[in-house]
Amino acid sequence: MTMPELFILKAMIAGMGIALLTGPLGCFIAWQRLAYFGDTIAHAALLGVVLAVSFDMDSSLGIIAVAVSITCAVYRLERQRKLASDTLLGIFSHGALALGLVVISLSTNITIDINGLLFGDILAVNNNDIAIIYAMAALVGSALIMSWKDLMRLTLHRDIAQIEGVRTERLRLFTLLAIAVTVAIAIKMVGILLITSLLIIPAASVRYFSRNPTQMAIFASLAGMLAVCGGLYGSLKWDTPSGASIILAALGIFVVSYVLSRVKSTITGT
Amino acid sequence: MLNPEPFIIAEGLEKSYGRSNVLSNVGVKILPRKIVTIIGPNGSGKTTLLKVLLGLEPADKGTVQRRAGLRVGYVPQKLVIDPILPVTVEWFLNLSAKPGSMSLMQVADETDIAHLFHMRMQTLSGGEMQRVLIARAMLCNPELLVLDEPAQGVDVTGQAMLYDLITRISKSHEASVLMVSHDLHLVMSATDHVICLNHHICCSGHPQSVRGDPAFAALFGQHVADSLAVYSHHHDHDHNHHHDHA
Repeated sequence: MTMPELFILKAMIAGMGIALLTGPLGCFIAWQRLAYFGDTIAHAALLGVVLAVSFDMDSSLGIIAVAVSITCAVYRLERQRKLASDTLLGIFSHGALALGLVVISLSTNITIDINGLLFGDILAVNNNDIAIIYAMAALVGSALIMSWKDLMRLTLHRDIAQIEGVRTERLRLFTLLAIAVTVAIAIKMVGILLITSLLIIPAASVRYFSRNPTQMAIFASLAGMLAVCGGLYGSLKWDTPSGASIILAALGIFVVSYVLSRVKSTITGT
Repeated sequence: MLNPEPFIIAEGLEKSYGRSNVLSNVGVKILPRKIVTIIGPNGSGKTTLLKVLLGLEPADKGTVQRRAGLRVGYVPQKLVIDPILPVTVEWFLNLSAKPGSMSLMQVADETDIAHLFHMRMQTLSGGEMQRVLIARAMLCNPELLVLDEPAQGVDVTGQAMLYDLITRISKSHEASVLMVSHDLHLVMSATDHVICLNHHICCSGHPQSVRGDPAFAALFGQHVADSLAVYSHHHDHDHNHHHDHA
């Protein structure tokens, strides 16, 4: 196997693992309007990489550590209701990004591929990353499956869920952490600037073909996998950046599904 | 059962948001098999009181004691579902249906929603949505059914039917009802106990006695109090009529 093919294979394996999580969590981002939260975690990833490199850690673990810390901070401050949550996210999002940039400029002895971090780089995906991706997919995925019904009750109405005995606060924190971890592990592949769209576009694409939320989450994962395959294929064939190519493939899926849903509703007259 | 244990006892409740005092020195007792209605103008703290009684929000001061293991069914003021969430009525109800509790079909029959099962939640009318929410609340076989402005967004004929349904279903399931309303006319007849709330409790008691209370007239205006007297008269008449035949 030639070098480029090996890299593509690794990226493909990583991408499938990521799509397992981006499907359901992209749905939660759409359902609970958490897109800005996803962006915040993505922006903070730069700080995670810088810290990881400074302390000679694995960069994926650095990104996850910063993502989890910021999630806990946002969750705590949000409960105090002193600031609106989008204001809070704006502060964290750009505060963390600025801090990351300044720390990079101050440390003369670390070199970071900012371009790769912003736009994604399949060459950056190593065996370590693949192990982390699948470990997280197993961990977050099984927690999602176990608490799926309660998560749906929380999504539909917090008060009803709480009265029916759902531990709403805990599940809210879990939802945020799961999104944070998903964003963190997917960043190497599609980059800081594009990651949130990898969660949102597949979920939005399959909305009209799903009869219930569970189905929507599964379809979104499948659409995500299709986008990863299509994007990597295009990237290899036309030598385009991998992250952007994956998002473009997702966009293509969205456009096709949107047109199909319009045609379908015209035929059925709804 | 001469002295049934109350479902909820709350005393000396105080709650404020920032500087505005929403509840001051409010006490409430909910007994089994009673219909309690909280009435009051908009912004008088009705919803907040409900949430404090249910433990959804903490009070700043005072105590709320709920009987241990009390089963509560809750119907919120409104349920807004984002269009991106594909949820049918059946799927929504199945989130609460538990094996061993009341069957879905029985509840759907009582609330007349079986024909809506395959519709999307977002396409329901105001009245249909309320009936679905009541059905969902009934699925956990509640001892206390709590409703926050159940008739909001429902047309006038639908409102009367809705209150009728609430009364009927609570009787047949031997559940207490605690509801918030400002539809004085429709609510008064079926209620055992009225609480008039304007941040503090202005007056409370049986609808008959509350209606004659000067505090009630002060809160809602004399003409409202008078018109309620007329309504109540009609109702009493109707009521006696039934008894004659029984």
